[in-house]
Amino acid sequence: MYPIVKKEKLADKIFLMDVRAPRVAKTCEPGQFVIVKMDEEGERIPLTICDYDREAGTITIVFQTVGASTERMQYLNEGDSFQDFVGPLGCASDLVDMEIDELKKKKIVFIAGGVGTAPVYPQVKWLHEHGVDCDVIMGSRTKDLLFFVEKMEKVATNLYVTTDDGSYGFHGMGTNQLQALVDEGRTYDHCVAIGPMIMMKFVCLLTKKLEIPTVVSMNPIMVDGTGMCGACRLTVGDEVKFACVDGPEFDGHLVDFDQAMKRQQLYKTEEGRAMLKLQEGDTHHGGCGHCGGEE
Amino acid sequence: MDVLKKVPVREQKPEVRAKNFEEVCLGYDAAEAVSEAERCLNCKNAQCVKGCPVSIDIPGFISEIKSRNFEKAYEILSDSSALPAVCGRVCPQESQCEGKCIRGFKGEPVSIGKLERFTADWARENGIVPKSDQEKNGRKVAVIGSGPAGLTCAGDLAKMGYDVTIFEALHEPGGVLIYGIPEFRLPKQEVVAKEVENVKALGVKIETNVVIGKSTTIDELMEEEGFEAVFIGSGAGLPRFMGIPGEQANGVFSANEFLTRNNLMKAFREEYDTPIMKGKKVAVVGGGNVAMDAARTALRLGAEVHIVYRRSEAELPARVEEVHHAKEEGIIFNLLTNPKEILVDENGWVRGMTCIRMELGEPDESGRRSPVEVAGSEFEIELDTVIMSLGTSPNPLISSTTKGLDTNRRKCIVAEEANGATSKPGVFAGGDAVTGAATVILAMGAGKAAAKGIHEYLSGK
Repeated sequence: MYPIVKKEKLADKIFLMDVRAPRVAKTCEPGQFVIVKMDEEGERIPLTICDYDREAGTITIVFQTVGASTERMQYLNEGDSFQDFVGPLGCASDLVDMEIDELKKKKIVFIAGGVGTAPVYPQVKWLHEHGVDCDVIMGSRTKDLLFFVEKMEKVATNLYVTTDDGSYGFHGMGTNQLQALVDEGRTYDHCVAIGPMIMMKFVCLLTKKLEIPTVVSMNPIMVDGTGMCGACRLTVGDEVKFACVDGPEFDGHLVDFDQAMKRQQLYKTEEGRAMLKLQEGDTHHGGCGHCGGEE
Repeated sequence: MDVLKKVPVREQKPEVRAKNFEEVCLGYDAAEAVSEAERCLNCKNAQCVKGCPVSIDIPGFISEIKSRNFEKAYEILSDSSALPAVCGRVCPQESQCEGKCIRGFKGEPVSIGKLERFTADWARENGIVPKSDQEKNGRKVAVIGSGPAGLTCAGDLAKMGYDVTIFEALHEPGGVLIYGIPEFRLPKQEVVAKEVENVKALGVKIETNVVIGKSTTIDELMEEEGFEAVFIGSGAGLPRFMGIPGEQANGVFSANEFLTRNNLMKAFREEYDTPIMKGKKVAVVGGGNVAMDAARTALRLGAEVHIVYRRSEAELPARVEEVHHAKEEGIIFNLLTNPKEILVDENGWVRGMTCIRMELGEPDESGRRSPVEVAGSEFEIELDTVIMSLGTSPNPLISSTTKGLDTNRRKCIVAEEANGATSKPGVFAGGDAVTGAATVILAMGAGKAAAKGIHEYLSGK
């Protein structure tokens, strides 16, 4: 069992947990992910590592309630445990493997969208700890969904916060902010974009035009996370890659986002059914357009 | 009773079992087992034993069944096999022990597999567990993977007194016995979990959720955690796809994914969160045991299921019994047929598959006649799900993170057949990680050989 030592609600439907998992905390690096399973009936949920404390043996995860299992996970509290917690999985961020002197010459920008802020944080923190500068653009739909602003301020050289509705910071999306910075004369030669697939797609369209090499962290559907099931396959350039063992980070200019987004929809109706069952129990008898109960 | 024929085994009726996940074969009861055992000639120079990868004393345990001494029969089985209830169910006996049985020259061989299963089930129902009175020697050995190879190796080493820890990447021990082989062939709680418990009863520790190569490495296990030897039984790995257009469409799955969702994650049961696509019309591409398992699972989830295989029935690599059961249940076999393209609708979902008819040409290096396309014979079938069951290629997680561990051209770990020794001192390997996808019993044979190899290595140290 893997006890939860801290729980915090970051925003509507977004939760943070510190979980004791000494083996994972000992070896993980920024960019890697874990798979959590809350109990016997739960799904295996892949989550990118948000922070780690090697001494305390803890891993920080951030999740949004999107399916039946994460919906139930939000009710776990400090003192409760995950039945299973495995990792670190996938490859570490390329940045971690580069020479520090090389990194210091680079002009790096991170673009984080929504919950993508969580996996961006450990990379920025790692760079900060190694004396490497980087700019961070983090955005969300609205002010209430923002989290980690203060934390990020401490580790980013320059932080730019955006909201789609202008309720906080720059009014617009991450791509608009990046364009504005470039228009002001700022130059970048390395971009890391993490967030919803649609956001990463649009960042990549822009950075291709701006000729900034861009790394994205893909979060496709997974089951085992160790290279056994092939559920997470995606097309990168003209090759088929498994996000769990070859990724999760890929060259964003080569990823087929349209295909990846379609694959993301695979279990939407199945998940929808499970969610409804959970929320409405036996009282749900159709009308959702998914369950077929009206037939 | 016809002595030339096996005592028939009771099975669930095809039309009933096609709608449930309960076990297909119900096995012998004591009276049936005794009368089948009486067919054994108790050969002095028993050929059946030579056909068994773990050399079970087959006439020995069958003699004990004859005299209704079932506990003793179980002891004899346990001396050679850590998983008799599993082997009795999933071994290809027809090409091993039963294939060599003298009875089989004239009439049917003795039903060795069903007798093994009966004995193991009887022991479980009567609460009998294998014993080990060996004193512990305190020397630590790590086993990577809790599938058939790992469990066998760990069990044998524990019986010799070693302090064995198994590291399993998934959340439940059993490897392919848990994620791959479906409930209706191999019940998970009653059979697999119990056999795992029996291995633990010998003193073996199992740590789940540890991915060797990621959570820790073999070098760290040996240098920092005090393991003197390591056995790698990590299994097959990455699923293969055909490389045809449309393969990334929604509704195309590897057999590994489909079976893992259903078996390990129990998606077929309402109370579990993991979703699975219950197709209406499903094609399973491939002809091995895994293809049969995927097809029969899809059928039970409510689909019309087609096996699409490029050679003819005689070349199907699956066990005859599995093919027979699949046909009885209503799986449709499209033989001498090969997919050319998966057809995708405007939303990215499978809508069908273009196939081409095949005919058999000259034998290839495997000795099987290789299929060639019949020009102009393309045709379309309407489908909503395609399951690719084309085998696997090795997982690089361990080989790429272990210094001095050689792999071959096919990226399998190189290990000696006789003792499992790899190119790295103290590291042994066996099962699918070495051979590529094979059978449960071959993996067990390799685990057994490696346990002996590790004992010899550590005794000389």
